[in-house]
Amino acid sequence: MEDTIKVAGGTGLTADDIKSGKIFLTEDSLDCAYAWDTGVAVNRYLAELKQGKIIATRCKKCKRTMLPPRLFCELCFIPCSNWQYVQDTGIVNTFSICHVHWDATRIGKDEKPHLPAVIEIDGASEGMGIMHLLGEVDPEEIKIGMQVKAVWKPEAERTGSIIDIKYFKPL
Amino acid sequence: MMRKVAIVGAGMTSFVRRALETPKELSYQATKVTLDSCGLTLDDVDCIAHGTAPDAFDGLHQNGEYMVDGCGGWNKPTMRVYVGGGTGIHAVVHGWHHVASGLFDTCLVVCEEKMSSALPHAQAFFLTIFDSITERPLEPNLLWIFALEMNRYMERYGYTKEDMALVAVKNKQNGLKHPASQFSEKVTVEDVVNSEMMAYPVSRLDVSPVSDGAAAVLLASERVARRLTDKPVWIEGVGWSLDTAYWATRDLYYPRYTDTAARMAYDMAGIREPDKEIHVAEPYDPFDYKALHHLEGLQLSPRGKTVELLRDGHFDIDGNLPMCPSGGLLGVGNPIAAAGTMKVCELFWQLRGEAGQRQVPGNPRRGVAQSWGDLMQVSSVVVVGN
Repeated sequence: MEDTIKVAGGTGLTADDIKSGKIFLTEDSLDCAYAWDTGVAVNRYLAELKQGKIIATRCKKCKRTMLPPRLFCELCFIPCSNWQYVQDTGIVNTFSICHVHWDATRIGKDEKPHLPAVIEIDGASEGMGIMHLLGEVDPEEIKIGMQVKAVWKPEAERTGSIIDIKYFKPL
Repeated sequence: MMRKVAIVGAGMTSFVRRALETPKELSYQATKVTLDSCGLTLDDVDCIAHGTAPDAFDGLHQNGEYMVDGCGGWNKPTMRVYVGGGTGIHAVVHGWHHVASGLFDTCLVVCEEKMSSALPHAQAFFLTIFDSITERPLEPNLLWIFALEMNRYMERYGYTKEDMALVAVKNKQNGLKHPASQFSEKVTVEDVVNSEMMAYPVSRLDVSPVSDGAAAVLLASERVARRLTDKPVWIEGVGWSLDTAYWATRDLYYPRYTDTAARMAYDMAGIREPDKEIHVAEPYDPFDYKALHHLEGLQLSPRGKTVELLRDGHFDIDGNLPMCPSGGLLGVGNPIAAAGTMKVCELFWQLRGEAGQRQVPGNPRRGVAQSWGDLMQVSSVVVVGN
C-alpha cells in the first residue's frame, strides 16, 4: 500500500557535518544562581531535621499525616496547623540503582551507583513517601518492602536540609 | 453549545537525532506540509495553538514567541501551551477549544522540539523539575523517577524486564515502517535486556531517543471540514488532568492522572466500554513500561493482565487492539512536544486508511491518543472517530 502521509524537513546531521565545518555553531553557556526561601511549612521541617527529627503535618479533615509537611492540605484545601513527629524509619516503596549522573554522563569506575528510593516513613499515613537515598547496603540486596532507618549527619554538620539525613540504611 | 471539531490535515518533519533546521524552521516545515495536505494556505487559518516543552532545551526564554513565525502565527490569535511531555496532545485539546467554542472555524496546532542544542544532554535540564528544597539537594536526575516508577509497576504485578522489552521490540518494529522514523534497525528482546544498564530497571533500549522534530494538525469546524474533505476525522472527546506534585506520595504503580483524563474524554465521546469501542490506541511510550502503564490507565487493559495480552498479540497491528502502530516514541523518535502530536497525526492517517504499510486492518473507526508529562502527573487524552 502506498504511504500517503506527509513528511517534510528534519534534515539529520552527523558529527562529521559539524567537525568538518560544514555546519556553523554558535555557543553560549548560562550560569543561573538562585536562593530559595523555604516557605512556612518546609522551614519547620528543615528546622526539625537539624535537630535530628522528622516532623509532619496532619489534616484535621482527611486525617492524613503528610510528608513533606505543608501549609495546606491539597485534597481538602484547608490549612494544616497540626504538627506531628514521625519516626526516622520506614519502608522502601520503590528504588533504583542508577549509573548515570544528572547530566547523563556515566558514573566513573571508582564511583558507586546512586541508590534513590521512595521511602514510606513510619508514623506518616500509608503511602506517604519521600524521595531519598539508600546507603550501607549491597545494591543487589535491596528489596521493595525492606525496612530502613535514617543515618543522620553528626549534629554539628547539620544545616537544616533534607541532606541532614545522609541516607537510609537497612534495619 | 460546543461545536463539532474535525481534523482535516496532518503533517510532520522527519524525527532526527540532530536537525540542521532551527526550531522555527522545523515548525515551518511541519506547518507547511500540513496546510498542503488539505489544500489550504495560511490565509485560511483563523488561529494558532502551539506547543514546545522546556524553554531550557533551546536556551531561549519564552520560546513560544520565538516559534510564532514558524507556526504561521504572524498577526493571528496565537497561544502556546506547555505541560512538559503532555504538551503534544494538550496542544490539540487547546486547539479544539478554539474551534468548539465557536470563536474560530480553523485552528492550526503545531508542536516542535529541538533537544540537540542542549549540552551535554537535554536530560540535564530536567534537574529543575524537582522540588528545589526537599528534593534537589539529593542531586536527582530524571531517570530516577522513571526507574522508581518502572520498578514499582513491575513489582506490583510480577512483570519482568523481558516483559517490558517486548514493548520496545514491538514499537520499534512498527516504527521501521514510518517514513519519518529516526531508526532503521530491528531490535530483539535480548538486545533490549542486554543494553547498557542506566538506572535499574531502566536499560538503554527501554528508553526512547533524544530527537529534533515537529508535527502539526489542522482543526476545522463542521461547516468548513465538510467543504474541505470527504474524510474528516472528528475529535469526539478530550480530557486532561494533573495529579499532585507530591509525586512520592502517590503509589506509582497506577497512573491515576491518565485514568481521570481518559474517563473525561470517554464520557464526552459516549464511550462506555473503551476496550471494545476503541480500535487503535496510541498511548504515550517514552519508556517501554509506560505504554503498558498507560494502557491500564486508559482502561484499555485490565490492571495486571496487560503483559498476558501483549504476549498473546492483542496489541499487535493485526491484534484486537493495535497499540502504537506508528511505532510511538520508541519507534519513531521523541522530540517531546512533537511526539504527542505525531500520535494524533497517526490516528488521522489510520482512520482515513492512509497509513501505508502500517495500516491497521479492518477499517478502524475510533482511536485514542494520550500523552504524559510534568512531574509524572499530567495526562492529556484525545478520542477521535469517523
